[in-house]
Amino acid sequence: MQSIPTLADIIGAGRKVANHGPCPRAEVDANVWQRVTGQLAASQWTLSGLWGDAAAVHMALLDEPAAEMIVVSLACPDGRFPSVAQQHPPAIRLERTIRDLFGLEPENAPDPRPWLDHGRWGVRHPLGTKTMDVEAEPYTFLSAEGESLHQIAVGPVHAGIIEPGHFRFHANGEAVVRLEARFGYAHKGVEALMRGADLEHAAKLAGRVCGDSTVAYTVAFARAAEAALGVDVPSRAHWLRALMAELERLANHLGDIGAICNDASFALMQAHCAVLRERVLRAADLCFGHRLMRDCVVPGGVALNLKDDSIPVLRELLAEIGRRFPALVELYDNTASLQDRTVATGILKPELAQQYGASGYVGRASGRSFDARRALAYPPYDQLAFEVPVLHEGDVNARVWIRIHEVKQSMMLIEQILGGLPNGTLRATIPSGAGEGLAIIEGFRGDVLAWLRLDVDGRVARCHLRDPSWFQWPLLEAAIEGNIVADFPLCNKSFNCAYSGCDL
Amino acid sequence: MRKLLFQGLVRSPLTEPRPFADDAELIALATKLDSAARRRLGRSLSIREVDAGSCNGCELEIHALNNAFYDLERFGLKFVASPRHADVLFVTGPVTKNMREALERTYRAMPSPKWVVAVGDCALDGGMFAGSYAVMGGVSTVLPVDLHIKGCPPRPQALLAGLLALIEARRANINQHTAQVDP
Repeated sequence: MQSIPTLADIIGAGRKVANHGPCPRAEVDANVWQRVTGQLAASQWTLSGLWGDAAAVHMALLDEPAAEMIVVSLACPDGRFPSVAQQHPPAIRLERTIRDLFGLEPENAPDPRPWLDHGRWGVRHPLGTKTMDVEAEPYTFLSAEGESLHQIAVGPVHAGIIEPGHFRFHANGEAVVRLEARFGYAHKGVEALMRGADLEHAAKLAGRVCGDSTVAYTVAFARAAEAALGVDVPSRAHWLRALMAELERLANHLGDIGAICNDASFALMQAHCAVLRERVLRAADLCFGHRLMRDCVVPGGVALNLKDDSIPVLRELLAEIGRRFPALVELYDNTASLQDRTVATGILKPELAQQYGASGYVGRASGRSFDARRALAYPPYDQLAFEVPVLHEGDVNARVWIRIHEVKQSMMLIEQILGGLPNGTLRATIPSGAGEGLAIIEGFRGDVLAWLRLDVDGRVARCHLRDPSWFQWPLLEAAIEGNIVADFPLCNKSFNCAYSGCDL
Repeated sequence: MRKLLFQGLVRSPLTEPRPFADDAELIALATKLDSAARRRLGRSLSIREVDAGSCNGCELEIHALNNAFYDLERFGLKFVASPRHADVLFVTGPVTKNMREALERTYRAMPSPKWVVAVGDCALDGGMFAGSYAVMGGVSTVLPVDLHIKGCPPRPQALLAGLLALIEARRANINQHTAQVDP
């Protein structure tokens, strides 16, 4: 075929699966799978997810201009599938994960090393054939060759209070020649625990994949379940979910802005931003009974109502941030010694952000405007006015500014939500039954994908949760190249990728 | 910047009064600390935090202890970068199998006397991750735990109350016991 295929052509070339919502899923053969891979490599579509199943692999594709998504699946009866990463590098770690968890072998994959499996589980391929473990093989980091290079090994236990991960630097004096991350330390086996769980329990697990995005994950999980079962969520629940999601974004962005400055040794910003973050968490606690709003979003709606006397609490929160934040932005912008650290540091090229489908502030600071709230316009964002800030510099400074703009946008969104919050019920009844659903929602860090298949009893047969950081972590390695080692914490914090979210 | 610093001088501080432990477990723990150990350490403790596979929720709340509302350092408590400087090991998460060795090595790097505080519901028994092929199921499966602070995640107030119980026995209510702490 000479003409460029559309996503509908791909679905047409396969066997469409019934009961998959809201977008179609098709089982395709290896030829179509490879054609899709070719289109990904040609930047026709964005790879939004790639995950394993019992003797099959699934791939979620996003057509950004058309705002359409599909899922294509390839059966792997002999335990092998043609590697996507061979032509499209963003798939590398996803394929290594599929191999570790399911034992499905990506043919001609560029990287044969394990990813999550450190040889310590006592079992190999825990979601697949479950063979007994053999002795752990030593892990070989990618090399860098040249005169006077040295290695710096950092982690998994770090100097600060952060999540576990290992970073291996090759440096020439102060300059980073190569950075390679190794993760999996926080792997808890969430996808195995999901199997056979009822929806209530599974939703709680989803809310514990990534602590700072607990609202985002529970919304993504709930929307996938609702899509699978064709549930109509009451509009008040949609609005309350958005309220929680924006509070989560606000808290995290405020915390990040301070923490990035702190990593440039400018503690004053950290002190003031941490106060504002604390105020958001306290308001969330007063309104929803939990500082991080954990377990407040449930399949079918929300678990609890926003009382009328909570609305003044939130208005006062907005007023307080409105009073304090502009002076902090001014301080950030007018402190030359701080700007000296953040401007032109850790530049992520727009081409890479596009190739990897980087979302959130990482993508939007490097010219990729995708925001699931806008592009996919899930409720209630289809009824709310907001702007999606985009910058093109791609440096630490741009990632700070995207957050500053988004703080203002989230405040405006909360204002609108408080003004227009519809009355009505909080939760729809969830019917028991089989089905498959996909959801993509915008967390503070970027788009979170949830896919699940329910069996006839309404229990989870398979659930996959894809954190935005899968497509951001590899870009940190590119952005740090040529920067000095001392700027790594600054660059890392400006990305603020999830560890537990990716380790699952 | 000058304006902002000046405001800090004239505005009243945000720092709140200390919380008191009402948990029997915390009070019992305080009795375990013998006066000799307390004399050696004074009222000051250095804390090393290790994330043994948490979801990051506990870390967020531990971070909050440093903000102006809780101001951990006013109590002589501070987080340190190396286990070799630490008296207390704060452990979060269900202890993943992939983190077990790093956790054990961190503990071994600490000088005695030392205490282990398991933070959060996962750290007690694995929480919602208990039974997974990838987790040990709680800090006590790997290290001797002196104190557990409940919550998912624990509120900063609860973390603070637990830490304060570590540094002071509430003498009015508690009979001093002999030392339970290994040298």
